[in-house]
Amino acid sequence: MNAIIVSAVFGVLMMFASFLVNNKNVYRYLAIIGLSVLLLANILETYAIWSIKFDSFLQLSFERFGLFFNSIAIAATLFYVLLSGKDIVRVGNYSAEYFVLIFFILCGVSLITSYNSLLMLFLGIEIISIPLYILTGSDKKNLKSNEAALKYFLMGAFSTGLMLMGIALSYGAVGNFGLEGRGVVAFGGSMRVSFLEVAGLLLLFISMSFKASAAPFHFWTPDVYEGAPSVFTSFMATIVKATVFIGMIKLLEARTGIFGPTWQIILPLMIVLTLAIGNITAVFQQSVKRMLAYSSIAQAGFMLFALWSANDMGREGILLYSVAYTLATVGIFAVLVKMKDYTFDGFNGLAAKQPLVAASVAVFVLSLAGIPLTAGFFAKYFMLASAIKSGAGVWLLVVAVVFAAVSVYYYFRLIQAMYFKEGEAEMFEQPTNSFKGMLAIFAVLLIVLGIAPSLLFNYLYF
Amino acid sequence: MIPVLLITLPIFSGLMAFFMKGQSVKSWALLSSFAVLGISIWSLFSDANLLSYSQAWLPSLGSRFDLTMQDGLSKLMCLLTALSFPLVLISTQQNSSNQSPHFFALMLLTQAGLMGVFLAADALLFYFFWELALIPVYFLCSIWGGEKRIAVTFKFFIYTFVGSILMLVGILSLYYMQDTPSFAWSSLTANASKGIYPNWAFWLFFLAFAIKMPIFPLHTWQPDAYEQSPTPVTMILSGVMVKMGLFAAIRWLLPLFPKATEQFAWVIVCCSVIGMIYASLLAIRQDDIKRLIAYSSIAHIGLMSAVIFSGNASGMGGVMIQMFHHGVNVIGLWIVANAIEQKLGTRSLSEMGGLAQKAPTLSILLVVMSLANVALPLTNAFVGEFLMFNSLFKYNVWLTAVAGISIILAAVYTLNMVQKVIYGEVNSLTEKATDTPFNVNFSLVLIAILIVVMGVYPQPLLDLTKDAVTQLFAQQ
Repeated sequence: MNAIIVSAVFGVLMMFASFLVNNKNVYRYLAIIGLSVLLLANILETYAIWSIKFDSFLQLSFERFGLFFNSIAIAATLFYVLLSGKDIVRVGNYSAEYFVLIFFILCGVSLITSYNSLLMLFLGIEIISIPLYILTGSDKKNLKSNEAALKYFLMGAFSTGLMLMGIALSYGAVGNFGLEGRGVVAFGGSMRVSFLEVAGLLLLFISMSFKASAAPFHFWTPDVYEGAPSVFTSFMATIVKATVFIGMIKLLEARTGIFGPTWQIILPLMIVLTLAIGNITAVFQQSVKRMLAYSSIAQAGFMLFALWSANDMGREGILLYSVAYTLATVGIFAVLVKMKDYTFDGFNGLAAKQPLVAASVAVFVLSLAGIPLTAGFFAKYFMLASAIKSGAGVWLLVVAVVFAAVSVYYYFRLIQAMYFKEGEAEMFEQPTNSFKGMLAIFAVLLIVLGIAPSLLFNYLYF
Repeated sequence: MIPVLLITLPIFSGLMAFFMKGQSVKSWALLSSFAVLGISIWSLFSDANLLSYSQAWLPSLGSRFDLTMQDGLSKLMCLLTALSFPLVLISTQQNSSNQSPHFFALMLLTQAGLMGVFLAADALLFYFFWELALIPVYFLCSIWGGEKRIAVTFKFFIYTFVGSILMLVGILSLYYMQDTPSFAWSSLTANASKGIYPNWAFWLFFLAFAIKMPIFPLHTWQPDAYEQSPTPVTMILSGVMVKMGLFAAIRWLLPLFPKATEQFAWVIVCCSVIGMIYASLLAIRQDDIKRLIAYSSIAHIGLMSAVIFSGNASGMGGVMIQMFHHGVNVIGLWIVANAIEQKLGTRSLSEMGGLAQKAPTLSILLVVMSLANVALPLTNAFVGEFLMFNSLFKYNVWLTAVAGISIILAAVYTLNMVQKVIYGEVNSLTEKATDTPFNVNFSLVLIAILIVVMGVYPQPLLDLTKDAVTQLFAQQ
């Protein structure tokens, strides 16, 4: 419960800071301190050293898996602020408020990782979504940003409606919101699945697929990701998306049985569709930002494997995937924000001007493509292995890896631009040494996890 | 201990080379490659307990950091890798690509990746190195290659990447078919004898190896890649890297899928033989000396792959020593081609002529390399080629008859090249040609000595690979 409360408290504190202090750097440092404290508090709870406790009436339950994901999300946010903090305060006039919203999102994240009732899930999703609508539109003078925010809001509101509908139906089936006892119900003396429950959970699944931008519910993604200020795109494409997957796994992992054999058709179909749409469309993009938006859909396709396999390996895999994907994407976006030209050609010749930055971006790209020696490889590996462990057809894996090969095509265009083409690669400002250092740390982390992914899991199960 | 050194030494020196400046990096890379050569020679005579290494790596995934070079095949391939790098580095000193520290760093990393492929005794580790050998090559070719380098190298990369991730799926599916899942070579092959591995898994593996070799319908990346790569990298590509595919077929495919191999051998052998003839015919029509050697290489590899899938024990021995000899010979040919290109500034055969008058030493050495390429008796290639044809003959007479045509075609295109390059009138372009510098001659003479000595006395290599052959056939 530490993470929920501390993040909310810091959110409020930052709000006060916004009118008590008028210095952008102070906001940034406050946020960094706040995130560090939050991380510490969550780690203390993970190891059962100290935690705030009060009775949540079975609405929340704190398990190691969820707490560990909290740590990942908070640490990733901390890294994100350390790397891109200066670009965050630069987006508009309300610098402190951006951090406020980020803290509230983290509060929602920790609700989603610990919900034990559908109501809490709903609260968590909403606490995440509403700040995101605002962040998307935070570049107030930019028409595209406004359009994106409105689009996101309208589509999001619609999916919230579906979610509520699902929860209501589900409630009707069992008579409570609790996660336990969901699925089967005593009915006329025998245990069976109520149709209401099936419909309800399916609606929940759909509305969460929407948040996770899995096809065919992905249509908002490219426009919103492109329109939103780049710093915030990187946040919502990574940490938020991974959280939604955690929520999905918590909800459906043990309950997919109620969908019957249909599930074995629906989910593989969604996986293939998501991979196909994400990867193939990304190939045709000229803007790196838009390419990353489509590639994030493609990555969601891989993450869906964890839901399909529903075993321990899938759970471990989704954690590793979150880390690998988040580090790489946040890193690329941080560089992208500094570029004058968002197209691939804008990166031409970056290696000659900024060798360290280019090398780091190369590592990020290799990791996203899943090349060995980077964390991205093991992330994909865990997904494939967990699926095959649960008896997935090999055809599904072959399709997945063929699309992984397609993804190499567009990811490597970035490497080609940076290393093999001549150009100016103009940036708004010269990256500072601390920025370069942070980027290098990201890259080293990815490589370390690519050699020994067990380092991450040693803390999950001791 | 030795396997670890063979991998870590080039990695370490490669990483160091990134941070070096100026000319010192040349000596550094050369020093490192000589050290690796030394260790590799040491491995031929050392105790068996020094030849393998095992270390826990990913306990939760059932994968270990297992390296072994117990049998002659691994030793021979490591020796080839270790030998080729000094040869390449010495003979291409003057190339424009060989001036940047990054070039040497990436070359050394390639060496580490190649060594890893030849040493890995764990399927996941094998996959790891299989990919890693590719990444530095991708950068090397894309940065220092010819005009169309970016597109061509990318094609090469995507081709091999598709193959290798299909192999990953294959590895994964085999892993979970065992009662006690493990990636260890010994465990995988032990389960293979129970016949639990299905045939489609064979194809997943085969595709990866066939693309790398390359076998006929999958070869299209190769001539372009050889032509566009900087010549030192081409040497490594054709001398060592294509051997990855052949090696992997012998080390992994045959022991893992004995039944499937038997069942599908005819498809693969037919493809290989078609490839031999097809590539030989194309080689005759080439005007670019690099493309000519590239096609000739496809023809040679075709024979080896045909024998791998159809062969008897003596044929397999022939393949193993031929893998080594082809590596050495083709590097020799590339060195000559590179020297000519450096001198004349062109690779087009039609523009050359009369080199025998202007550069007699180079011409003599070119003839030696060419004769080895034709597999003339008394050259090293003859022994392997004889054993291989002998084995193919026992498999199918008609296929051997067709494949035999490629011997004649090899003579046609190779001698045609020799004729165009060294005979004929001296023209304005070859007017200024002079003999090659000492470093080029040194490598070429070394290779020429190897060609003759191994052609006259092939027994040591046959003895070295004998245990690998026996082991392979004992399992089936």
